[in-house]
Amino acid sequence: MATEEHSEGAGRAIDPMDQFIVKPLFGGDTVHWYTPTNVTLWMAITVLVIFLLLIVGTRGRATIPSRVQSIAELAYGFVHKMVEDVTGKDALKYFPYIMTLFMFIVFSNFMGLLPLAFTTTSHIAVTATLALAVFLSVTILGFVKNGAKFLGLFWVSAAPLALRPILAVIELISYFVRPVSHSVRLMGNMMAGHAVIKVFAGFAAVAVISPVSVLAVTAMYGLEVLVAFIQAYVFTILTCVYLRDALHPSH
Amino acid sequence: MATDATEAAHGAATAAHAAAEPTGMPQLDFTTFPNQIFWLVIALVVIYLMLSRVALPRIAGVLADRQGSITNDIAKAEELKLKAKEAEEAYNQALADARAEAQKIIAKAKEEIQADLDDAIEKADAEIAARSAESEKAINEIREGALESVTEVARDTAFEIVAALGQQADAKTVADAVDSRLKGS
Repeated sequence: MATEEHSEGAGRAIDPMDQFIVKPLFGGDTVHWYTPTNVTLWMAITVLVIFLLLIVGTRGRATIPSRVQSIAELAYGFVHKMVEDVTGKDALKYFPYIMTLFMFIVFSNFMGLLPLAFTTTSHIAVTATLALAVFLSVTILGFVKNGAKFLGLFWVSAAPLALRPILAVIELISYFVRPVSHSVRLMGNMMAGHAVIKVFAGFAAVAVISPVSVLAVTAMYGLEVLVAFIQAYVFTILTCVYLRDALHPSH
Repeated sequence: MATDATEAAHGAATAAHAAAEPTGMPQLDFTTFPNQIFWLVIALVVIYLMLSRVALPRIAGVLADRQGSITNDIAKAEELKLKAKEAEEAYNQALADARAEAQKIIAKAKEEIQADLDDAIEKADAEIAARSAESEKAINEIREGALESVTEVARDTAFEIVAALGQQADAKTVADAVDSRLKGS
């Protein structure tokens, strides 16, 4: 029994996937849809941080901004410019949705980098929900805005007539693959980075290679900070691209 | 005892559960999906409400205000620059005017001085002319007077000489002789 416990403990210490387990916050081991879990906790922390940055940070409404307000304005300007440049001026009314996506993902990613944190965006359930929401709303929006003309997205009028049916099939497939790649890209990046850090951290238990391991963890961590931002950026800009397709289906 | 048993069974079940998928990805544990999706939707709705109701309008307002005040300031600066330019022009104009005025005053003064000078020269010339005429007259008078005196002296002298020589001479004859002699010379 003791050995079993020991081995289980050791297994815990180096199992890089343990950090992704969804656990109820207040004991119990069944996860109902309403159970407050570590997902709840870390999403709440994300919401809180966004609240602190974008609402508490800007409460001064200062013409000469404080540091926090500068960051909030930078985030605003960053996403606003992205929507305007990629999707067009007529898409600015969807800016709050895209800003919501970006802020949620970027802060989930960053919060996940805190030690002992739970990374909500490393779960396919979360990223797939986000990606499907984008996919469905973009598709519906495309049909509502353009009607049947939205199908012109798949009918490449620039290509020779004989090639168009084949291209249409390819375009159709690639269109339906979008949500998959959209979600798996984010989830895979977040999960892989965290798992690799955990693996290196597991090696630190061995005294001989622990300096290398600590260095590697540090390097990976730096890389993960980059990845956390870049993946949020990629997710958001792809959303903008899909939205542009919906609003202006003729290339 | 019964609770012990259930707990043990429970523990065993958990252990079995853990053992059944020791290396499985927690991401593919579908029993947690409803939970995650539920909390995700709540989080997104809360973020969306926060952003669309408060944060984004506020930041947009701040940015617009700042843009406005920057534009205002630039316009004001432009205006002030224009004013400065105008002031400089006015200053230059005033300077040029003052210079022209000074030039005019100088020219006038010069003219006046010239006029005075001319007047004075004329007056002086006239005086000089008058004086020289007077002097000439005086000289002529003196000369004439001298000539007459010479004749008289010559006559008197001749008469006295004749008398001294012991001869009686008629005054008239002597005078004629002197005259003819003077004329002759």
